Amino acid sequence: MTDLSLLPGISLHENEPVFNEPWEAQAFGIVIALHDNEVFSWDEWVSALVKVLNEHPNEDYYKNWLSALENIVDSKKLISFDTLSHRKALWHEAAAQTPHGEPIQLPSHT
Amino acid sequence: MHSHDDDDHSHLTDIEARVRALESLLGEKGYINSTAVDEIVQTYEKKIGPQNGAHVVAKAWTDKQFNDWLRKDATAAIHSLGYTSRQGEHMEAVFNSPDTHHLVVCTLCSCYPWSVLGLPPTWYKSPPYRSKAVIDPRGVLADFGVHLPEHTSIEVHDSTAEIRYLVIPERPANTDDLDEKALSQLVTRNSMIGTAILAPAEKTK
Repeated sequence: MTDLSLLPGISLHENEPVFNEPWEAQAFGIVIALHDNEVFSWDEWVSALVKVLNEHPNEDYYKNWLSALENIVDSKKLISFDTLSHRKALWHEAAAQTPHGEPIQLPSHT
Repeated sequence: MHSHDDDDHSHLTDIEARVRALESLLGEKGYINSTAVDEIVQTYEKKIGPQNGAHVVAKAWTDKQFNDWLRKDATAAIHSLGYTSRQGEHMEAVFNSPDTHHLVVCTLCSCYPWSVLGLPPTWYKSPPYRSKAVIDPRGVLADFGVHLPEHTSIEVHDSTAEIRYLVIPERPANTDDLDEKALSQLVTRNSMIGTAILAPAEKTK
């Protein structure tokens, strides 16, 4: 039987931060915004999330959340995995060209 | 001197780049806008949290009519205080008593009463809690330092996308002279999930 208190990274205390890193908050906010805009129903989102959680039970929760978001965005034919992957590379390039401390922005594109 | 060629420019982790890719593309295609996303994040970080649930609990302790309403139609009673779920699920309030202690879990994923408790803590989303709460609720409570009398039965409630539970803990002893506002300060997040019980208040002189 697992002792919850022995799990690394799990605090049983009150008042832990809601998000540990900014990207978690963004990934969370994107899902809520898409649902607000009726891109998918909450049931559809829960199914997508449960599928990933079951596949990777020990993965960080918000990493699973993000993978589920990529999956649903692809399966709903909003944006394909290929397009996402291409855009991700553009962001890495943009970061490499941005001096440290300045906001990273994509080069304007047509 | 060492050269640090990589240190003079910015760097995104792989996961940050994935999030930026999603946000920029979804924004360009008009499915979301970044201001709305930022507002949602702000709301969940600052405005929605266990203080909402604590308000509901304190009102249930002090207002008999509200208490009855909460038992019959928790969704409407909670809505009357201004706490509404964007996901549209129904709320059910479960009341602890000396005979029954209520414990809430989501065995499937992490369904949680966001409108009254904010976002779930890490342990609530963890596989061990999700599986152990149903099989061995008394053991889970012991992990949290809660030891109930043998005669108190434990009811476990499994949340879903459609229905979420709020535990109304027992009002602590020595609180007869406290008003709703002071009472709400005593209510902890974990007590509203069922993984804590409220200690008696310090006796005032």
